[in-house]
Amino acid sequence: MIDPFKIREDFPMYRNHVMMQKKPLVWLDNASTTFKPDCVLKAVGDYYTLETSNSHRGDYDLCYNIDQKILETRQDIGKFLNCDPTEVVFTSGTTASLNLVAFGYGVKFLKKDDEILLTQAEHASNVLPWYKVSEMTGAKIKFIPLDKDGRLTVENLRKTITKKTKVVAVAQITNVLGYIAPCKELAKVTHEFGAIFVVDGAQSVPHMKIDVKDLGCDFLAFSGHKLCGPTGIGVLYGKFALLEETDPFMTGGGMNAKFDMCGDVAYLEPPLRFEAGTQNIEGILGLDAAVKYLMAIGLDNINDYEEMLKKYAVEQLEKTGNAIIYNAKSEAGIVTFNVKDVFAQDAATYLNSRGIACRSGQHCAKILISYLGVLATVRASFYFYTTKEDIDALADAVKHGKEFLDAYFN
Amino acid sequence: MPTSIELTPEMMREIIMDHYASPRHKGKPSDLKGYLSIHTDSVNCIDDFEVYLKAEKGLVTDAKWDGIACTISSASTDILCDRVIGEKFADAQYIIAQYLKMINEKPYDASVLDEAIVFLNTGKQAARIHCATMGWTAMQELLEKEEKAK
Repeated sequence: MIDPFKIREDFPMYRNHVMMQKKPLVWLDNASTTFKPDCVLKAVGDYYTLETSNSHRGDYDLCYNIDQKILETRQDIGKFLNCDPTEVVFTSGTTASLNLVAFGYGVKFLKKDDEILLTQAEHASNVLPWYKVSEMTGAKIKFIPLDKDGRLTVENLRKTITKKTKVVAVAQITNVLGYIAPCKELAKVTHEFGAIFVVDGAQSVPHMKIDVKDLGCDFLAFSGHKLCGPTGIGVLYGKFALLEETDPFMTGGGMNAKFDMCGDVAYLEPPLRFEAGTQNIEGILGLDAAVKYLMAIGLDNINDYEEMLKKYAVEQLEKTGNAIIYNAKSEAGIVTFNVKDVFAQDAATYLNSRGIACRSGQHCAKILISYLGVLATVRASFYFYTTKEDIDALADAVKHGKEFLDAYFN
Repeated sequence: MPTSIELTPEMMREIIMDHYASPRHKGKPSDLKGYLSIHTDSVNCIDDFEVYLKAEKGLVTDAKWDGIACTISSASTDILCDRVIGEKFADAQYIIAQYLKMINEKPYDASVLDEAIVFLNTGKQAARIHCATMGWTAMQELLEKEEKAK
């Protein structure tokens, strides 16, 4: 089992004893972003202090070195996801990755009355690009109903999918409820109907072993900063044949083979075709360090540890008698709750006053709120450096949640 | 603590909770005639509401608000309504200006704030400063509009 105290030695945010509201920081907003270990900071720093150069832009050693490192990153991510390095496209994050699929593939191939299937639990990043595709092509958006617990089931996909369905786009782990979707089976059903299966992996890739070949997904998007990497870097995995058919979302330098004054243009092959302009090189190198760091700890270990934390958190919060939990049964390390008779944002402010960082509100999943029947919730989310003591601090605050105005008067 | 009326922290908490639980001025006016209204919302909080102002001869005759709001924005907007009803425009603007100075931790005239003084400590929770001021800045805008329309 993971020893979070040992792991914290790698993280300056812990070593520096960062305080919030003059209290030791209790970081429970990992679904939003994560802390960075030394190896990631070193990779980013070294790029600027020892290795600065652009990529594929020069004939000298520094440039060659960076090209090699970017290639190595693609290979490492290939190992991380079990795909070919040519299927790894660097983007600015999950949002950019999903937009690339929506605009580069969706807008190109979808037609009037085709169907795009989503769920009510999706993050805005996996809803709004598809709304745009619908607006531009006349394709229709349909929602696969969630079951009574908020789970996406294969049965409900079967009930919703039709011959007109061209895209099924869902989160592998939803960011509010934290259920793990049965992606392998969902992909199978989607393919039976000749549609493509797009996975929003923002909340899953950092927390569980992903094998895109085994899942059978066509595209998968994730962000670096949610898995201990830098912000502003992410990945789109796509099956190579699909990437070949996908239009570049952006054009410019670094992605064309040649162009002339008559407007004849030849683009590079994927993945370079999608990487116009100078890339976020520090981000790519930092992401490589983060992915290697996670693989060394082991994604299965991370997953087991977070599952244990989730159970512990539900138990402790239930014990307070003061929490309404909306996702006690879900697998991921996310607890979505409210403090009885306290508005979510007031509760989150109170948690802040006790040094505890949690999210409140609708968590960018605005259409889920009608499903939950509440205006807003508080979300605590864990990672492999979260301790039981962090959860105890949360439970103790929830127990005293009715005194939320202490935040202003103590 | 500089207060216009002697208030203990316990009393201040009670005032906030009372205006939150039983707001005096919450609700859309039954007849919108004569009311100016403005919408206000927040990216950081759930707050999403309308502020209404009725004025006659340079005097605030009614103020209301309606919508969704956290404790701080509910109570502060409700107290705002209490505080500006019956005031001349210039006085209402002065009160709002003093309140905003207080929230932003600048020197202010506490003598005109009355119950609004309970939000003295909002700055301790920086994320809620917007909640404590959105009703007030919305009203400020309405008053300016009304004055310009004259």
